Amino acid sequence: MLNRATAGPTMALLEIRNITRRFGKLEAVKDVSLDIEAGEFFTLLGPSGCGKTTILRMIAGFDEPDAGALFLDGQPLAGIPPERRPVHTVFQSYALFPHLTVAGNIAFPLEMAGRGRDEIRRRTGETLALVHLEDKGDAFPHELSGGQKQRVALARGLVNKPRLLLLDEPLGALDAKLRERMQGELIALQREVGVTFVFVTHAQQEALALSHRIAVMNEGRIEQLDVPEVLYSAPRNRFVADFIGTINLIAADVVEATRHGLRLAAPGLGEIAAPPVAAVAAGSHGALALRPEHLRIAADTGRAGLKNHFAGTVGEYLFLGDVTVYKVRLDNGLLLEALATNAGPGRASFHEIGARVRVEWRHDAGVFLEH
Amino acid sequence: MPGSSSNTERAGRLTRWLVTAPPAAFLVVFFLLPALIMAAASFREPGEFGGLAPLAAGGMNLDAYRFIVDDPIYAWILAKSFAVAGLTTLICLLLAYPLAMRIVRSPRRRRDLLVLLVILPFASNFLIRIYAWMIILGPLGLLYSPVAVLAGMVYVHLPFMILPLYTNLEKHDPALLEAAQDLGAGRWARFWRVTWPLSLPGVLSGSALVFIPVLGMFAVPELLGGTGDLLIGNLIKEQFLDNRDWPLGAALSLVLTAAVLAVAGLSAALTRNRGQA
Repeated sequence: MLNRATAGPTMALLEIRNITRRFGKLEAVKDVSLDIEAGEFFTLLGPSGCGKTTILRMIAGFDEPDAGALFLDGQPLAGIPPERRPVHTVFQSYALFPHLTVAGNIAFPLEMAGRGRDEIRRRTGETLALVHLEDKGDAFPHELSGGQKQRVALARGLVNKPRLLLLDEPLGALDAKLRERMQGELIALQREVGVTFVFVTHAQQEALALSHRIAVMNEGRIEQLDVPEVLYSAPRNRFVADFIGTINLIAADVVEATRHGLRLAAPGLGEIAAPPVAAVAAGSHGALALRPEHLRIAADTGRAGLKNHFAGTVGEYLFLGDVTVYKVRLDNGLLLEALATNAGPGRASFHEIGARVRVEWRHDAGVFLEH
Repeated sequence: MPGSSSNTERAGRLTRWLVTAPPAAFLVVFFLLPALIMAAASFREPGEFGGLAPLAAGGMNLDAYRFIVDDPIYAWILAKSFAVAGLTTLICLLLAYPLAMRIVRSPRRRRDLLVLLVILPFASNFLIRIYAWMIILGPLGLLYSPVAVLAGMVYVHLPFMILPLYTNLEKHDPALLEAAQDLGAGRWARFWRVTWPLSLPGVLSGSALVFIPVLGMFAVPELLGGTGDLLIGNLIKEQFLDNRDWPLGAALSLVLTAAVLAVAGLSAALTRNRGQA
């Protein structure tokens, strides 16, 4: 279906090599390099102003890097205007043509590519079916719901089979319920058409749910590029740890570092056992990063079950249905967030506010991040 | 409570009446009535020294219309007037479109200044501006020629084309052009497939604002045109002021009104079809 690159197997579909982009004094993108493989669902994730949209615009051709280069199928993209790049974009605002019908919108890129009349009709019909809008071909964009507009924008971007489909926060304008459904549809659609997606978002949950790989960006740089599981469980630094999901940071010094684990000393808490981290030696400072679901809460009676355990008081809790989020203040003043699943039989029961509890976690939970 | 709801309904209707009655009355007295008087006058006989002959003496007849139909010069002048109006509209469109686009694409702060410059000529007297054109065209040897008439017509009506185009183009979402380019449209395709179709309402209202006044305009051809450049506007004016044949003047202006309405109806029907296609 997709006409694959004829070059060697090691070459990525899109290669970004040391690109930098300045706007006046501001360096929006700083020496970024990355490879995007054919068939991938790749996400650029970061807060607004991190440079992700600038990178997207440079891939589309609306902007050029001040330094560095981009290669598509091994060919340099420099100087090629957007209309001649086999790259299409799904815009955040959809940018559907208001004077054209849904079918007219979807046929637009085919007409621009000079396809024959029959081919245009056939492929427009196929693509309408792909996004489940068979009966909306004659409707005008203003007659559609938000989700339907979204699907038309996707169909229009995909119909001429681009090498890359760029998606600029495409779900940002939808309400929560619809967004969740569209996420599912996006994954299914990408698998079905096999087109490489480059997705830009500031919503970390969306990125985790959709992507094969994610580049977490901050202030023009890539902080970490990994598969979602690794980003979540082994963030490389505080920014990534903090930006993706919720994290507890416990300041600590390394007392002993071995192949089997770290022995940490946390001021006011005492000793903590943590999993080993390459290149971390005794004497270094940092923080142990723990996800809320790593923490277990038990009534402060009897013997501790796990190696790391500290006493504290329940500050507040949020009952979310499937889980309850506890905020526990340890006796040294540190506030930790812990997640308890409500999987037990019968009605959910809580550790009430003010209750004395014990917070504990396994010796191999979390990751130590150096300063 | 049905009582109170019908009360508020009645109050609403009263307000609507109070708001719309004055302009409606104005239109009836100063637009509809004169039009009816004009229509009636076209069936009367001219008075000996202008005006209309007494109804008892002259009666009602179709003489004025018969006169217009019998002499092909009237059809010719009407056709020529339509041609001049059409040409003026076309030239105005060709000049105004790039100008309006340029204004829309200039920095926001400069836009207001540019729009002000477009309407600035209205600040000085119309006749003085036409006399200024005589001073310009005279040395060029173009005065009293069809070119001079066309130049004057375009000059006078250009702002009426620029302003509706500007208001239309200003509302275009730049993201649409970016999307078109992203989807493979080059410069020309972006214009003809996106900008132009979206600007059609502006083009149409601008064209109406130019075409219709040009048809009735008599000052420009009278001052800048030669003796052979008589247009329907001049003809009507002549019947009232020089020939003192009011019925003929009235009949001519009714024919003109009917022709304009026919053109307007045709173009409205055409655009409606296009909109649905």
